[in-house]
Amino acid sequence: MAETFARKFEPARRKFLKQSAAIGGGLSVGFGLPGALAQKADGATEINAWVVIRPDDAIIIRYARSEMGQGSMTSAPMLVAEELECDWRRVKIEYASANANVKRKRAWGDMAAVGSRTIRNSQEYLRKAGATAREMLIAAAAQEWKVPASECTASNSFITHGPSRRRLSFGKVADAASKLEPPKDVKLKDSKDWKLIGKSVKRIDIPDTVMGRQRYGIDVQLPGMLYAAVAQCPVFGGKVKSIDAAKVEGRRGIVKVLPMESFVAVVADNWWRAKEALRDVHIEWDIGANGNVSSASLMEFYRGGLNAQADVAVSRRDGDFDQAFASAAKKIEAEYYTPYLAHSCLEPMGCTAIVKDGKVDVWTSTQNAEASLANAAATAGVPLENVEVHRVQLGGGFGRRGGAQDFVRQGVAIAKAMEGTPVKMLWTREEDTQHDFYRPASLIRVRAGLDDSGNPVAWYSRVAATSIFETLARVPLKRPFAPADGVDPQAVASLHDLPHAIPNVRIEYAQRTAHVPVGFWRTVGHSQNPFVRESFMDELASAAGKDPFEYRRALLQKSPKDLGILEATAKAAGWGQPLPAGVFRGIAQTEAYGSYTSAVAELSVDKNGEVNIRRLVLGIDPGYAVNPDNIQAQMQGSSVFMLTAMFWGEITIKEGRVEQSNFHDYRMMRLREMPKIEVVLAPSGGFWGGVGEPGQASIAPAVCNAIFAATGKRVRSLPLKNHGLTLA
Amino acid sequence: MIELTVNGRKHSVDVEPEMPLLWVLRDVLDVKSPKFGCGIAQCGACTVHLNGEPVRSCSVPVSAAADQKVLTIEGLAQRGQLHPVQKAWIDHEVPQCGYCQSGQIMAAVALLGKNRDPSDKDIDAAMTNICRCGTYARIRTAIHAAAKTLKSTKA
Repeated sequence: MAETFARKFEPARRKFLKQSAAIGGGLSVGFGLPGALAQKADGATEINAWVVIRPDDAIIIRYARSEMGQGSMTSAPMLVAEELECDWRRVKIEYASANANVKRKRAWGDMAAVGSRTIRNSQEYLRKAGATAREMLIAAAAQEWKVPASECTASNSFITHGPSRRRLSFGKVADAASKLEPPKDVKLKDSKDWKLIGKSVKRIDIPDTVMGRQRYGIDVQLPGMLYAAVAQCPVFGGKVKSIDAAKVEGRRGIVKVLPMESFVAVVADNWWRAKEALRDVHIEWDIGANGNVSSASLMEFYRGGLNAQADVAVSRRDGDFDQAFASAAKKIEAEYYTPYLAHSCLEPMGCTAIVKDGKVDVWTSTQNAEASLANAAATAGVPLENVEVHRVQLGGGFGRRGGAQDFVRQGVAIAKAMEGTPVKMLWTREEDTQHDFYRPASLIRVRAGLDDSGNPVAWYSRVAATSIFETLARVPLKRPFAPADGVDPQAVASLHDLPHAIPNVRIEYAQRTAHVPVGFWRTVGHSQNPFVRESFMDELASAAGKDPFEYRRALLQKSPKDLGILEATAKAAGWGQPLPAGVFRGIAQTEAYGSYTSAVAELSVDKNGEVNIRRLVLGIDPGYAVNPDNIQAQMQGSSVFMLTAMFWGEITIKEGRVEQSNFHDYRMMRLREMPKIEVVLAPSGGFWGGVGEPGQASIAPAVCNAIFAATGKRVRSLPLKNHGLTLA
Repeated sequence: MIELTVNGRKHSVDVEPEMPLLWVLRDVLDVKSPKFGCGIAQCGACTVHLNGEPVRSCSVPVSAAADQKVLTIEGLAQRGQLHPVQKAWIDHEVPQCGYCQSGQIMAAVALLGKNRDPSDKDIDAAMTNICRCGTYARIRTAIHAAAKTLKSTKA
């Protein structure tokens, strides 16, 4: 299993997203290249969809995905600039228009910033766009000089004719270049010749943020705009039965109370008035059939999946697990649990929209502008080409703002009801916490058989969880969308692709669909299954009486990338070297999103259950490291995100609804709890891995394995607060 | 009518006295840097200075700011010069999504206003704002760097 199914699977998922973005059929209609965009008011010339050059030599590189702090608004254009040979200091970055992407037959391709795939999936076409533009600029200069293009080179926004030493800037030849036929085939630079890729480049969006000028979805201000607050049925899937708005009628600033199918909106002249009035609107809900669901009943439901004989799919089968397990010298079995989690983007969900004259304009913090556009068009009942999704910075995304788009449908439905008037819809933190698409809860049984010398000869895992792909993304659990029919690829991530040398493996998935909506939460299946796999691996090492690092090493001899990052991280952490009294280490290793990661935690646990993490050493091999300082930042951020989740994160259900509501009962890590993070950035080259999500994957098991070393207590469920443990 | 001064400019606002300062700033005065995150003074994304003190404006009624001075990040730069805290934030590439950073910066400026050379413990105690992206390590580094700059310019 050198290549994981997660990577094999992605093209199919992309294909699906293309199809879903094409709802309404507009994308197949040919519009050709509009002249309107080729020549802008400031005399800028479009060389191709990605590169625009102004006469004053300013270079505009377009960015199609979304910026939510992951840094790809800087690192994706770096790939274009690398091949373009332009002066990075003169580069301006602008968002590609989602509407233009519809009209120009997806000239910018996939716009989604999800799955740590911006660099991985667009690096080739972005580098080619830069190289193509460069060749056209060289050809235009060569024509002007009447010399062969082969005698000319480009560097730092200038074309130079070698023999005569003549020079022309990009801005001088841009217009002529734009009229040339783009070369069919361009040669990309060898990685050893890169000037920009691999250097720490300052993020382009940071100065605006620091000056308070960054604009998020919540900041949109339009003339005559009204504001909406919403209340959704506390029990998922419930509907509005009736409302009584008598108490707020005639109240200052209140414009309208809108009972919609599944929510109620109050529209007012500022958001605070809307939100306050909503509390005084009496709403009768039809809560449906799920009013008795609780965390305990859900646990029983998932346990049923673990014990079931039917409705279980086999994801992977190597050798014969049953036979090997039956004859094993030692048998080990355990059950692991990871809970539902909310995304808690610091900017709550929201959407500003105006529906007017058959057209829709939307401003929203979205991870997928094309999906926002398609949802807006469907909600308003207009063709795709009549919608624009104006781009803004996201106040966090973490997967919440990608697939679901529930907030766009709501915002546009409200704007449609208020036709002609722009409306800014914003959720409270309470709505945001209680109406998420949660990281699925997952109950997993693992079994392994060891031979006489303690080596694993048989491995079994069965996962019982709700499928994100089927319930949210509406992707059928069938090949090629799934690793096997009936298997959600994220539910079995890092188990299905177990890289260790174990001859008999069976991985199963029991799809159990609860009423709690689930979604893509940063690192998705790799945010939970590595905790199971790498904790259980530690259990095996312990049963075999072997060092957990050496145990993994021996099993990864045929997986060089996994082995490489494991060894690099262990070395940096000083694995095996003596520690002060009371301090212990734990280790873990996982591939995720095409990058290889490992973690070593060094900690002590006091008698009050305070876990003092002295050091967390995080290793990552992303293949090529495009913007190294940004990778460091992502690894630091991943640590906070995962430590928050593993110590405190748990959404619980009572009477069909979420019990937590805000940060007082859904705790977030703060600065004083931040441990020392050391990043081992070990790019081995030759491939492009993700960096936004992989950092989280190895952290929870490394910390829990260190807790086991320190206390002898094996943690098999998260969060740690339920075990009397907290972060010191 | 309630009068208040925001970033040196006087404003009169005709709103309910209990309306939180945050929403007066954002929806009435179009000052967008203070952000809404929780509404219950937990996250600190709405942090502004009220007479030099950091406050969580989501939980301060505008009546409490009447006739007083409010400072937001829009008013932090002096004569086109970034505040040393802002400069340190850029030098150390602190923000990720950036949504909490106006609040973080205002909290850091308030800390350094009182304590020119804060220890790690002082920073732990003063910087209680939530950052979901996890920029805490860089916030700490940048505060120490800004303290150094302030010391060298005042010395």
